[in-house]
Amino acid sequence: MTGAAKRTIKEGKERYKAGVIPYKTMGYWEPEYVPKDTDIIALFRVTPQEGVDSEEAAAAVAGESSTATWTVVWTDRLTACEIYRGKAYRVDPVPNQPNQYFAYIAYDLDLFEPGSIANLTASIIGNVFGFKAIKALRLEDMRMPVAYVKTFDGPPTGIVVERERLDKFGRPLLGATVKPKLGLSGKNYGRVVYEALKGGLDFTKDDENINSQPFMHWRDRYLYVMEGVNRASAATGEVKGSYLNVTAATMEDMYERAEFAKELGSVIIMIDLVIGFTAIQSMSKWARRNDMILHLHRAGYATYARQKNHGISFRVIAKWMRMAGVDHIHSGTVVGKLEGDPHMIKGFYDTLREPRLSASLENGLFFDQDWASLRKVMPVASGGIHAGQMHQLLHYLGEDVVLQFGGGTIGHPDGIQAGATANRVAVEAMIQARNEGRDYFKDGPEILEKAARWCKPLRAALEVWKDITFEYESTDTPDFVPTPTLV
Amino acid sequence: MRITQGTFSFLPDLSDEQIRKQVEYCLNNGWAVSVEFTDDPHPRNTYWEMWGPPMFDLKDPAAVMQEVNACRKAYPNHYIKVNALDSTRGWETIRLSFIVHRPKHEPGFRLARQEGEGRNIRYTLHSYATDRPEGERYSVDGAGPDRNR
Repeated sequence: MTGAAKRTIKEGKERYKAGVIPYKTMGYWEPEYVPKDTDIIALFRVTPQEGVDSEEAAAAVAGESSTATWTVVWTDRLTACEIYRGKAYRVDPVPNQPNQYFAYIAYDLDLFEPGSIANLTASIIGNVFGFKAIKALRLEDMRMPVAYVKTFDGPPTGIVVERERLDKFGRPLLGATVKPKLGLSGKNYGRVVYEALKGGLDFTKDDENINSQPFMHWRDRYLYVMEGVNRASAATGEVKGSYLNVTAATMEDMYERAEFAKELGSVIIMIDLVIGFTAIQSMSKWARRNDMILHLHRAGYATYARQKNHGISFRVIAKWMRMAGVDHIHSGTVVGKLEGDPHMIKGFYDTLREPRLSASLENGLFFDQDWASLRKVMPVASGGIHAGQMHQLLHYLGEDVVLQFGGGTIGHPDGIQAGATANRVAVEAMIQARNEGRDYFKDGPEILEKAARWCKPLRAALEVWKDITFEYESTDTPDFVPTPTLV
Repeated sequence: MRITQGTFSFLPDLSDEQIRKQVEYCLNNGWAVSVEFTDDPHPRNTYWEMWGPPMFDLKDPAAVMQEVNACRKAYPNHYIKVNALDSTRGWETIRLSFIVHRPKHEPGFRLARQEGEGRNIRYTLHSYATDRPEGERYSVDGAGPDRNR
């Protein structure tokens, strides 16, 4: 490559000569570019192939995710093509990761259809991830301009309205996924729902793969579940719910199931991430029309979100889902059995719950983000958590979260109701202590022990799960550690 | 049965000192505290009667406790709850709500089922207490609240 070819070739005859020229010189690398307030910005972690420099790799990503193809096309000259080009404007080496680079790419707002996650993602992740010139690629974060955010409806219910509708304030909501995952008949299934809700949980939940199988058809499940929900409501005087999974093969099937859930008076339905972005947005609009809380199980996300060198960070999925409009999304537990570095989880939870975000590299947030009054999504913590961790859960996850104790309810030695009661007493005791100003994170075990003195189910829960922790090293971790402030 | 609405219903009834600490927490957060009472505790009875408007300008937990106790005195056989209202942008809702007083006897709810087509059932919760007129629902002699005490 000659020295001249390294510079951007200005518009004109030379730029559009037939043939192949580096992306960098085609206008996709613009280090002087200052992103506009209305630009969408994507941050990629790029691992270039041997012999490809970082700027060229970044430019290639910008090109392939916007207007470029592998060769020069004269038809560009029929358009105001500078506008439509993605512009890589900054490349930083990733700390402690040789040959990985953070590439910042700005896209003009008009590259995207308003209000369509499908269109946004078709551009940003459509082609580039298989591109030969790069060895690996990960979409780390995105900055969504207010102008674009405003084209989305966002969560149909949101944290504030969900709490008002359920009449539950000031503490985490409690749930349990019905177990075993597979094989229960409708009648047996509803038994678990009734026991767990009567015992003190607010929600029960279908698992991601509970749809309509030979052992239990969906209508049967819905009918028995709603019997359990209403019985429990009568027994406690509380609003109760059970996430009825409406995931199905077609939109028509999903609408049919959602309508039946509505007919039966359910307050909440559920979908899986694997139904796809368009289906999620369709169900969100349905939920908004029908005053239904919409729970999203992030089934499948770890196939692309967990490894750091390739895929999509969950924080990007969280942003897309807040825009697409779901009310609940599973976002990690820190202490449970599934992947979750505390800093990363904080970044995800903030993304879902805060009205605006400030960049925080230690939490993996690269950009300021104004959500422009898009409602707040309730994060859900699920997978290997139990009552004995209540102080840690409250410390890491805060009070606006659904804590899902599946095994931690149903596996209780004295039965499902006792398991539910143990969890409810633990959360109320912890909130009480926190509000009274106690150092509940440090004193957590003591606070639980004290409540266990009068609450037998909690005593049994603490006894059986006292040593259960899942201490494995996280895979998805921050690249930046905070520099200690010098006093 | 024990109605378990509110943040602390699974704990033993809070003492006045414990209630005061919760109120203090609310006031420290800048929330306005209100007291509400009802004898219709249906889970979807959103509007309990207000024991006066939210105490927006009140900063002393002891003064809130006076209101709680005055309400208890006037309605010894009602449910009474304390709410905390947050006017912060993006919240503008209740942030904490807990029962501080309940009738001695809580008869609970009957679940009425109306069977429909295709095994469909419409459920209705019916509060036994509301079979009697408002104000006479939980007192033993049906005389209603004693406003003179």
